[in-house]
Amino acid sequence: MRAPSATASRPGLHRASLFIPLGVFLLVLLLLWRGFSLGDPHALPSALLNHPLPDFALPVLHEPDRIVSSEAMHGEPFLLNVWATWCPTCRAEHAELNRISKEYGVPIFGINYKDNPAEARRWLARFGDPYVFSVVDADGSLGIDLGVYGAPETFLVDADGVIRYKRVGAVDQRVWDTKLAPLLAELRDAS
Amino acid sequence: MIPELGHFALALALGFALLLAILPIAGTYTGRVVWMRSGGSLAAGMFVFLLLSYICLTYAFLADDFSVAYVAQNSNSLLPTYYKFSAVWGAHEGSFLLWTLIMAGWTLAVALRSQGLPLDMLARVLGVMGLISIGFILFMLLTSNPFERLLPMSPTDGSDLNPQLQDFGLIVHPPMLYVGYVGFSVAFAFAIAALMSGRLDAAWARWSRPWTNVAWAFLTVGIALGSWWAYYELGWGGWWFWDAVENASFMPWLVGTALIHSLAVTEKRGVFRSWTVLLAIATFSLVLLGAFIVRSGVLTSVHSFAVDPERGFYIMVFLLLVVGGSLALYALRAPVMRADANYDGLSREVMLLVNNVLLVVATAAVLLGTLYPLIYEAMTGGDKLSVGPPYFNAVFVPLMLLLLIAMGAGPLARWKRTSFDELWRQLARIAVVSLALGVVLPLVFAGALDFWAVAGISVAVWVVLSLVQDTLSRIAHKGDWSSRLAAVPKLGAGYLGMWVAHFGIAVSVVGIAMVVVYSDERDVRMVPGDTVEVGGWDFRFDGIRQVDGPNWSADEGIITVLKNGRERFTLRPQKRHYPVRGMIMTQAAINPRITRDLYVALGEPLGAQAWAVRVHYKPFVRWIWLGALLMALGGVMAAVDRRYRRLAERAVERRQNVAGQLAEGRS
Amino acid sequence: MHPKRKQRLLVIGVLVCGVGLTTALVLNALNENINLFYPPDQIVAGLAPIDQRIRAGGMVVEGSVFRETGSMTVSFVISDLAGSNVPVTFEGILPNLFGEGQGIVANGRLGADGVFVASEVLAKHDENYMPAELAAMQGRKPPMGNTVNAGSNGYSAGG
Repeated sequence: MRAPSATASRPGLHRASLFIPLGVFLLVLLLLWRGFSLGDPHALPSALLNHPLPDFALPVLHEPDRIVSSEAMHGEPFLLNVWATWCPTCRAEHAELNRISKEYGVPIFGINYKDNPAEARRWLARFGDPYVFSVVDADGSLGIDLGVYGAPETFLVDADGVIRYKRVGAVDQRVWDTKLAPLLAELRDAS
Repeated sequence: MIPELGHFALALALGFALLLAILPIAGTYTGRVVWMRSGGSLAAGMFVFLLLSYICLTYAFLADDFSVAYVAQNSNSLLPTYYKFSAVWGAHEGSFLLWTLIMAGWTLAVALRSQGLPLDMLARVLGVMGLISIGFILFMLLTSNPFERLLPMSPTDGSDLNPQLQDFGLIVHPPMLYVGYVGFSVAFAFAIAALMSGRLDAAWARWSRPWTNVAWAFLTVGIALGSWWAYYELGWGGWWFWDAVENASFMPWLVGTALIHSLAVTEKRGVFRSWTVLLAIATFSLVLLGAFIVRSGVLTSVHSFAVDPERGFYIMVFLLLVVGGSLALYALRAPVMRADANYDGLSREVMLLVNNVLLVVATAAVLLGTLYPLIYEAMTGGDKLSVGPPYFNAVFVPLMLLLLIAMGAGPLARWKRTSFDELWRQLARIAVVSLALGVVLPLVFAGALDFWAVAGISVAVWVVLSLVQDTLSRIAHKGDWSSRLAAVPKLGAGYLGMWVAHFGIAVSVVGIAMVVVYSDERDVRMVPGDTVEVGGWDFRFDGIRQVDGPNWSADEGIITVLKNGRERFTLRPQKRHYPVRGMIMTQAAINPRITRDLYVALGEPLGAQAWAVRVHYKPFVRWIWLGALLMALGGVMAAVDRRYRRLAERAVERRQNVAGQLAEGRS
Repeated sequence: MHPKRKQRLLVIGVLVCGVGLTTALVLNALNENINLFYPPDQIVAGLAPIDQRIRAGGMVVEGSVFRETGSMTVSFVISDLAGSNVPVTFEGILPNLFGEGQGIVANGRLGADGVFVASEVLAKHDENYMPAELAAMQGRKPPMGNTVNAGSNGYSAGG
């Protein structure tokens, strides 16, 4: 901070000192910028990034008798979406998932997270079902293994079941265009 | 259709803001009086369309239009109607619409109430406010559109307003705070306009003063309401947490307080001009920084909105343009010439300088503490730490004690120079009496002594007695007592406003000292029939019953309070469950009195009919907020001083002359 | 002395005193009152100091919350979900949003027996809010880039 202007015997020096507040401000801004990019939660790397999907054995939403493991999803790169009917953002995101599934033919699997299966089935009947299938994670145990913070979250997983990218929050067209689609193209080329 | 109309109105308001930012200022460069005069109507247009937009959003809430994403996320068909009004500012998008609307309201108020200003000055001020409004409206349209639809899949019902916000305190707290925050944009705009024109004189300070006082008063009330809300709603009985978001509102208040005083010196004595301009810029910059902290999620806090990096990025660019731009302008245009006025080592100028230095370094310390986790993280590459209340208390309290001591002497000091003997003659007795009362009063009320209680009460008494002494010496020349009393109102609203505001500080200081030192608090496990003694009162737990509200159900504890074995009253704290969000809220029960609060909150059930219960005895806690109200009242009183109106009348003529000259110059 | 010089000296004097005093206060307070955050893996690895005020955080392990009957003491285990678990005890009222499987941050001291004695427990605010320390906790575990491990203070090498 600068002294109140009382006198200025050497104006040149004085003028220079008027730049001090600007300098201090730019420093603070730089700091915020650092903290901000460090703390960006949407780009949050998962503990499991570049690790295989954790093992699980959970029932399928539409076929409660069928228990599947992560192998049922392998084969080609896919999206794994954590969703629930109690989550308004999932509702907002749903149209985009429908679009991705229809227009790009990407397999999308769902994790129906801490939800009521009957309600979840009604929800999909009403809003459309973009999922190859959804597994029922009623107690959130798979969510814990995946380090899920809340719904929605979306993982991009390669053909061998290794997690390559994680998105916390809704997938919208921008996220698809700028992140998921390019990464997916890369994975497809690689395999 | 209504939400689309609201969105459209927002876009139109942006158009008005663009014109407002360009036309009047362009007019001052080209000498077109019509362009300069357009500021008023453009400000009105911007306000009207933002108001329309705001009404549309309110309508969407009242009509339960859950196809609007913002409504679906923050309302529910069961939400009581009065909360549907306040839910409009319950989350990021709507609260920012309110913020922008208030910004337009201030702009319009400046246009309407500044007839006395020279036309070119008014044009620049409105232009700067238009520029800022562009940023706010664009922010909403690009990143935070409150009218976004969930189509074609609209939910049948909304996910409810956050239960913490379903409360009276939270209905009134944000609007007050925003009026204060955004109000500092007026002082900012005046400072920028003065820098642009190069006319940084006493008149500029005089125009800014009433606006700054009013904004400061609103911010004071806003912060006090926030503190009050946290006190009764969070269930902890704390009234200040040094949380990042609280600090975000407190820093502009501290610098704004410095600004109010610095403006006084600049107006009366013509000194500290560059410094005052810098404070005006700094205050509004801290407001914007606070908005960034609250809305970007860069620092976590119980108060912050959901995290969105895109918004944070936008605000950061906005900060860079507005604050960086204005500080660059300051560096290039602030006057470096010597001030004309002289002052001595002991004078009111120096007392106010002390005030400014203490307030600014205190702000810097708070800023450092708030940002230190980020600094540390950046320096160590990701390690985390937190800076707790002890840091802030250790730094802030000594500085404020010094400030309060200076505050007693300040009003008694004269402009230019004060003789030390004269000041000492007035203050010596007061100092002795203050110390004596500082020892006696805590003994009488609490029967125990403590350094901080003595220090707090002493400085509070010191401030009040010096105020009384000052008033007495000002009216001493009026013969008998009745004519002396009659002379008090004639001291002027400015002086009396200062008096009330300083008195308010003293009241708050008493409250803080007493509640910090003499509070009593117990967390206890209670089964029906158990009694616990806190602060000289007995609290008997009489069991739990079930209660239902419109969108919640609760366990309600029945606690009978006894004094000396006699039943006095019953407190009914609740543990509410809001099913839509699945959230549990603590509803404390408080028995408030002027000298103490009794406060009971339910913890959790511990099985076998036992409950965890938190019981507080909070002496003088109300004084903290009462003092804040007095400060705000003082600020408003000072703002309506007749001086400013007389000035306005005189300036009308001057303005007509300027307009005439400009018109001539153009032809 | 020339009055102008005197005036200027005065201003500088007040400023230097104010800034100096504050700097002293700040340095003193920062020394004593900052709480470093330690994730469970660092505590388990013995990297956290014993009996100093620190901050710990993690997810409350399902089924680990245990209340002593007849008192206000509660114990639970926090985990980073990657194998490191830290037992915590706390005496008092837990926040409303405390629950098994939830992320929490606690202020307190680590005992020599490896039990973290919390003086304050903070729980997440709603489903959208995650204490920054926890959000980053997961980020620091995978193969670390060169930015993380600059050898700054020896604590960051956790993963």
